[in-house]
Amino acid sequence: MALVTAEGVEVRVGNKRLLHDVDLRIEAGEIVTVIGPNGAGKSTLLKAIIGAMPISAGRIDKRASLRIGYTPQKVQLEKTMPITAARFLSLAGKLPKGARADVLEKTDVAALRDVQLADLSGGEFQRVLLARALLRKPDLLILDEPTQGLDQPAEARFYRLLADVRKETGAAVLMVSHDLHVVMAESDRVVCLNGHVCCSGAPAQVSEDPGYKELFGARAELALYEHQHDHSHEGCSHD
Amino acid sequence: MIDDFLLRALIAGAVIALAAAPLGSLVVWRRMAYFGDATGHAGLLGVALGLALGLPMMLGVAMLAGAMALVVTYMMRRGDYAVDTVLGVFAHSALAIGLVAASLLPGVRLNLMDTLLGDILSVSWADIVMISLGSAGILGIMAWRWRSLLNGTLSPELLVAEGGSLMWDRLIFTLTLALFVALAMKLVGVLLITAMLILPAAAARPMARSPEQMVVFAAIIGIVAVVAGLGFSWITDAPAGPSIVAMSSVGFILSNLLKLLKN
Repeated sequence: MALVTAEGVEVRVGNKRLLHDVDLRIEAGEIVTVIGPNGAGKSTLLKAIIGAMPISAGRIDKRASLRIGYTPQKVQLEKTMPITAARFLSLAGKLPKGARADVLEKTDVAALRDVQLADLSGGEFQRVLLARALLRKPDLLILDEPTQGLDQPAEARFYRLLADVRKETGAAVLMVSHDLHVVMAESDRVVCLNGHVCCSGAPAQVSEDPGYKELFGARAELALYEHQHDHSHEGCSHD
Repeated sequence: MIDDFLLRALIAGAVIALAAAPLGSLVVWRRMAYFGDATGHAGLLGVALGLALGLPMMLGVAMLAGAMALVVTYMMRRGDYAVDTVLGVFAHSALAIGLVAASLLPGVRLNLMDTLLGDILSVSWADIVMISLGSAGILGIMAWRWRSLLNGTLSPELLVAEGGSLMWDRLIFTLTLALFVALAMKLVGVLLITAMLILPAAAARPMARSPEQMVVFAAIIGIVAVVAGLGFSWITDAPAGPSIVAMSSVGFILSNLLKLLKN
């Protein structure tokens, strides 16, 4: 059975329709990456799946007792609170001591224990967020732009860590990413979103899709991301 | 031997400062100072309602502040207006309508100064019992839901993803805030309730390394401000509520200066 099945999902905020007619399935162990321009509703989709955003139509079914590990976007975490990385991790709840030490070592955050959350570098912060998600022994990791603001070496390290984690735990991954080159190399499935699902499938298949080329243009072939403010094309444009 | 009324004021003020510490820290972390204001100002309307219906003042204030908190939360979620607009509209409307209602109610004579600025020197032992029970309730709820409240502050999405309930988080936060407004109203008045909440917490921020440390420091600063403010008021005859808040702001300045000097 799929971990998550979404059918015909629509999300509205006020009079604005952020998402419509979104179908999505996530199977155990697979890596699904959501790509799309800014404002395409990528974060909204993740929030709807975890249940933090009410849906106005459609349905989202989750496998019974599905354990989700979630990392919010860096900018969305409140920084006014004085809190060390260790205390932040302890807020994930009670866990066996061994399990905690194991995760801290794997994500290489043990040395950051006493550092204030607000003082962590981008890469360190993402590792702490990932550690917290992993502490919950998730069946599904949901990562919202986990490499935002990282330089390329840090980004490469993060994806290597993620690959290791998946190999070890078998957790499925649903993430939003702007790094097209990594997306195409590392994902089992890519969902191209722009208010609705333009196209989805294996990376090779998606990169040939007219909808994908339309959204990401000639640069898609270079696997570089640059969002476009106006989509005046047919098919995959905003409506 | 200090006078009995001064002793009562000290006890009431210290108890309120204790309850304000965790709640005020949450208000500061959640950037909801103006939300506290809107809820506090609704207290004035609550006083008028209480007087009109013959209810105890604290009950009227708690009901109105609670209703205000829920309506404002709903309006902010709808997103038709910017958050600061919603808060400004409700805070000032509540203040104005409360003043109008109080003046129009037949047979009601409201001491405006006391309502707006409080009268901590007139608290009775019965008031202290109420304030203590209410504060114990606030502290108990805070302790019981603390981990969840911290998670909801750091990231509402994280709270939900880990199985928490955003509705409970918001409900507990807003209703304890309403309860606090009802308790603190008599001491410092509707205008300075937010100050009681956020000033000690803001003063504690530069010194704190953990959320719990900030709460403890806020409690200490709050209690010192109550003692110093009442002492100042005793000597100079300045109004007591504003003196307490003024002492908190001295604490805020000192703690920030210390932090600057340390760096």
